[in-house]
Amino acid sequence: MQTLSLEYTAGAPAAQRALAGVVGSGDLEVLLEPGVSGQTTVAIATSVDGVDEIWKAVIDRIFTEEGLAAYKVEINDFGATPAVVRLRIAQAMEQTTGDAAHD
Amino acid sequence: MNQPMDSASPYGADWIKALTDNAARWADTPASLYVADTTLAKQAGTFIAVVPDPDSRYPRARAGEVGLVEGWGLAHVLCDIVAADAQTSSKRAIVAVVDVPSQAYGRTEEAYGIHQALAAAAQGYIRARRAGHPVVTLIAGKAMSGGFLAHGYQANRIVSLSGTDVQVHAMGKHAAARITQRSVEGVEQLARQITPMAYDIDSYERLGLLHARLDVAPEAAGDSAAVARVRDALAEAAADIGGGVDLGSRIGRGERTATARVRERMAAEWPG
Amino acid sequence: MTDVADLLERQSIVELPARARCQALLDSAGQRELLGPFERLRSPWLPKQDIVTQADDGVVIMRGTLGGQAVVMAAVEPAFQGGSMGEVGGAKIAGALACALADAENGTPVVPILLLETGGVRLQEANCGLAAIAEIHDLIVALRAYVPVIGVVTGPVGCFGGMSIAAGLCSELIVTREARLGLNGPQVIEQEAGVDEFDSRDRPMIWSLLGGEQRVTTGLAEHRVADDIAALRRLLGERVKADVQTPARLAATERFENLLAAIDPAAKATGESTREQFAATGATS
Repeated sequence: MQTLSLEYTAGAPAAQRALAGVVGSGDLEVLLEPGVSGQTTVAIATSVDGVDEIWKAVIDRIFTEEGLAAYKVEINDFGATPAVVRLRIAQAMEQTTGDAAHD
Repeated sequence: MNQPMDSASPYGADWIKALTDNAARWADTPASLYVADTTLAKQAGTFIAVVPDPDSRYPRARAGEVGLVEGWGLAHVLCDIVAADAQTSSKRAIVAVVDVPSQAYGRTEEAYGIHQALAAAAQGYIRARRAGHPVVTLIAGKAMSGGFLAHGYQANRIVSLSGTDVQVHAMGKHAAARITQRSVEGVEQLARQITPMAYDIDSYERLGLLHARLDVAPEAAGDSAAVARVRDALAEAAADIGGGVDLGSRIGRGERTATARVRERMAAEWPG
Repeated sequence: MTDVADLLERQSIVELPARARCQALLDSAGQRELLGPFERLRSPWLPKQDIVTQADDGVVIMRGTLGGQAVVMAAVEPAFQGGSMGEVGGAKIAGALACALADAENGTPVVPILLLETGGVRLQEANCGLAAIAEIHDLIVALRAYVPVIGVVTGPVGCFGGMSIAAGLCSELIVTREARLGLNGPQVIEQEAGVDEFDSRDRPMIWSLLGGEQRVTTGLAEHRVADDIAALRRLLGERVKADVQTPARLAATERFENLLAAIDPAAKATGESTREQFAATGATS
């Protein structure tokens, strides 16, 4: 197991929290919560060692985008591919910005 | 691979004989169930052990494992005890003497629903306890996995002997190694660091699941002073139950701190 | 003939994760998850073994109604650690059942529904899992005096180990054709008893003995259901109102003893021979 922490500049705190995925083989769990204003933090725990560079590249591309809300992100990964990582984060972000009726 | 017969452990039979002072065994129970009536602190009591039966028709359950015959047999015995005492207010104590290497592993066992047999046995103990019988378990050797769930784990109080042959776990080391894709040494290494992974009774005690651990070895069943100490401890455990019928005394003790926290928070969130 | 359109319209239960199963099965209004993932009650034992945790420890507890009846659903996540029961997940189920029991004793029945997709004890938390499962067994039996306790096994994991005993204690058991129910997992039997006794790669044999169809035919489960959310929801809606305290399979001690005396344990049991023996001795009829 390996852990990684990343930080990004962001906007106002996200409106609500959201969850996507499970810690199953080839999958991951993403928990999004409102972050502190101006900053997104990403804490990753992954079962795969020695792939920090790939993680950093994938997460950078998502959270360096302009105009994103501030999130506190927790990722629990069980060997997901970058495509699955992007999908799960997108699913979770959609919930935090979409219909507020959820949760 | 196949459990050699000489590995069948004698402690269950040794201790139930010693504790019941060789009282007559119940007739009409399977040879692998040793059931005898005796007194515990002058109160009526029935002692129950699962013992090896080298002649069992069921080859996968000859070394003291809890199999189909033992599961349904325990259910039958416990149902008879509860029925016999149904009209009396002073329910007899039930003592489960435990030295079970495992549940029975076999094709016939799975085909005919060994899980259902073990469920019937567990239900027998649960109903006895909840009907007001004081139920005490003595771990006198191995208390393994499904065998322990069916015979012993449903007691109000669990008391154990001490020593290397006294063990509690969910799976034997070799199978655990294979299933978790580790070496046996790897499993032993983890067991030294992670309390619930350990096999030894001292670690089990640290989880807060024992009422008492006696400094008596399983080999001491022939020592009358040791037997007297065990008998006293069982009587004390039975008295300690008071009127309790649930398993609440196990919660909030030892290293199962997450259990206590989860139970508390569940109770707090439940009403909404 | 199978209706292709019907098949396409079905929403599979097997493919859904635990939380989505609860959300799809309960009435949509008034669902409330207890000790949800954001409370982060995760396993204290997995990180010490360098294993990634899941924020809900692989167990979802959700209160709500089903067809108007108050229920509490406990669902094991099949994808996380093989649906295994660790300390936290086990305590979540036991804790929910304990609360339901207290409510039932106070005249407020809440029907527990257990979605049992589980390999049993999580070996990395061995004795904590075993202890929690014993507590779950106790509470199922206690609850049955007041309310039905309904077990559901759908697949893909099946229900094994100490949790198969929990299934055996439920007042009613619902299974799909894809479900498997047995005490010992096929790999463990092969490991302990040898490949001649049990070949864990012989899937047709395993299904013929442990499969949902066989378990219903031999009375070790009560109801079969298609792998379809709507069908399971309909069936659960009926069964939460049923008045069953002790199912036949738990009340049949003497008939099972007769069955055990009649069979030849040395003969290799097959699906067919097992069905014949159950029918001949009426063990669970």
